[in-house]
Amino acid sequence: MDAALLVELYRQMALCRRFEEAAARAYSQGKISGFLHLSVGQEAVSVGAISGAAPTDYIVATYREHAHYLARTGDVRGAMAELYGRSGGCVGGRGGSMHLFDAGHRFLGGWAIVGGHVPIAAGVAFASKYRAEKDVTLCFFGDGTANMGAFHEGLALASQWKLPIVFICENNQYAMGTPLYRTLAVEDVAVRARGYPIEEEIVNGDDVLEMREATRQAVERARSKSLPFFLEAKTYRFRGHSMADPAKYRSKEEVQKWMERDPINILGQRMQTLGIATQERLKQIDDEAKATVQDAVAFAEASPPPAPESVHEHVYV
Amino acid sequence: MSEPRVITLREALREAMVEEMERDDAIFLMGEEVGHYNGAYKVSEGMLERFGERRVIDTPIAETGFAGVGIGAAMIGLRPIIEFMTWNFSLTAYDQIVNNAAKLRYMANGQFTLPIVFRGPGGAAHALGAQHSQALESLYAHVPGLKVVVPSTPADGKGLLKASIRDDNPVCFFESETMYALKGQVPEGEHLIPLGVADVKRQGRDVTLVTWGKMVHSSLKAADTLAEEGVEVEVLDLRTIRPLDVEALLESVRRTKRCLVVQEGWPFAGVAAEIITLVTQEAFDWLDAPPERVTNLDVPMPYARTLEDEVLPSAERIAAAVRRMLGREAEPVRPAAAVAR
Repeated sequence: MDAALLVELYRQMALCRRFEEAAARAYSQGKISGFLHLSVGQEAVSVGAISGAAPTDYIVATYREHAHYLARTGDVRGAMAELYGRSGGCVGGRGGSMHLFDAGHRFLGGWAIVGGHVPIAAGVAFASKYRAEKDVTLCFFGDGTANMGAFHEGLALASQWKLPIVFICENNQYAMGTPLYRTLAVEDVAVRARGYPIEEEIVNGDDVLEMREATRQAVERARSKSLPFFLEAKTYRFRGHSMADPAKYRSKEEVQKWMERDPINILGQRMQTLGIATQERLKQIDDEAKATVQDAVAFAEASPPPAPESVHEHVYV
Repeated sequence: MSEPRVITLREALREAMVEEMERDDAIFLMGEEVGHYNGAYKVSEGMLERFGERRVIDTPIAETGFAGVGIGAAMIGLRPIIEFMTWNFSLTAYDQIVNNAAKLRYMANGQFTLPIVFRGPGGAAHALGAQHSQALESLYAHVPGLKVVVPSTPADGKGLLKASIRDDNPVCFFESETMYALKGQVPEGEHLIPLGVADVKRQGRDVTLVTWGKMVHSSLKAADTLAEEGVEVEVLDLRTIRPLDVEALLESVRRTKRCLVVQEGWPFAGVAAEIITLVTQEAFDWLDAPPERVTNLDVPMPYARTLEDEVLPSAERIAAAVRRMLGREAEPVRPAAAVAR
């Protein structure tokens, strides 16, 4: 087992967790506006998957994308300042929490209409294939996407044209406040991929190593054979759909049961069992994550808001 | 020096695409029936043979899907031409165009350019019923981030389409089934018409008809009739609705002192209303009559010919509006929008 890799994955997940906790605090204090969708409890999906791809592979994600953005770019300051709506944000305060972009790191959003980005991700993969480049596209979405027409059209075209794309469904079991069993006629979202047909696999989304390995294989297959693949990661979001959602539709017992599968603890315990890190070392990593986030908060609060006269910039080239 | 020769709008549009695709490998054509079927309206005839399946791509009937694929491909540097068999079907991809194409550059603070053209025929084409007869340019012109182009002649079709393909913004390009066979002189080779430049299709001193696309021809016909009555009508073809050639519009209206907007499509909150607002604000002191509009009636398109003729702006209705503005009509004819209520 690669000790340095495990430390890095732990560091990234801790960073995502501390980032979103700080964002939630700032939101409660009225420093962050709009919608704020947290993926606390789901960090293994984004961190594991993105670590399983090459840094040059494209990422297309949803409005619940802080962790994906951080895992790919490491740009903690730019992300936090964006949530604050400041000029130092990764998109200068024009996007907000739901629209993070970093073209240089091939992080292509940040899309907030459920399902709409699935065909776009297929288009990115289409362009790679068109230019005979070997890059693969990772497309993240939630379980609530599985009934959207755009999702199905995206999958249909990816299969028809054999596009190098890995669809990653983060099944956190709730589409906003509605449990999946009330809106999806099949137990597993992955089943939906079969008709196209796209090969699929169901993964424990709370195990960062399993997530990483499954994605690594899917990406390599997509790259070498130019074929789409579908991963369904079973996971759980510890908090509501957004900060506006107290998540009263779930029992305390249910939430408690899932919090016992906290992906960060799962990896931490494994690292201790393997003798890779002590409790103290893990705490040290976590403290460093907190300090990094604290620095980003300070950066965001010091960053000036965008100049009002810039409002017309970037509507057109 | 390029030699003018007479070809159809269909051929002119094809020529624009072919020339641009010969020039730049990043350009491809994608849509339903564009390849093996040679185009539902034969605009892309022969292009598959010329460029192969890599660059002339037949899609399933999945507008959301292939419009989105175009957007994704454009995000990382390709220059797609996405053909809608008609703009009516684009409504199933409205989310892609409005929420994604129009907003990407702004949301991403200028990190991406989106050089993509959505094109196809729009408007009524005789007895196609309510779902296949819509002129939707007002709907798209409403959205910042999109450019909206509507050619009226084969030469403009070629020049504007080439410019649209070279533009780094998303462009909605509206053609017309009933105009594909329209013939006109078209320069060979390099012929570009910059987006945002209107064109005076007929000069006149008494009233400015502001129009675009198919309605240019109805307006010219009305102008012929009115000329026999001693009324000299100026026909200003906007050619692009976004960006709008405000300068040309105001210059003409200030000169003729009267403005009639002729628009295919519904009156309510349409482009005509926008132009009249602009003229009222910026040329009020020059006006000798309230600006008016002639548009579709405010109803879904009926099938029967007698009803369809009633809905669409005709040369007769345009001429009547001009006479009214000049005080030559004894019986005032109410504008379409007022009648609809």
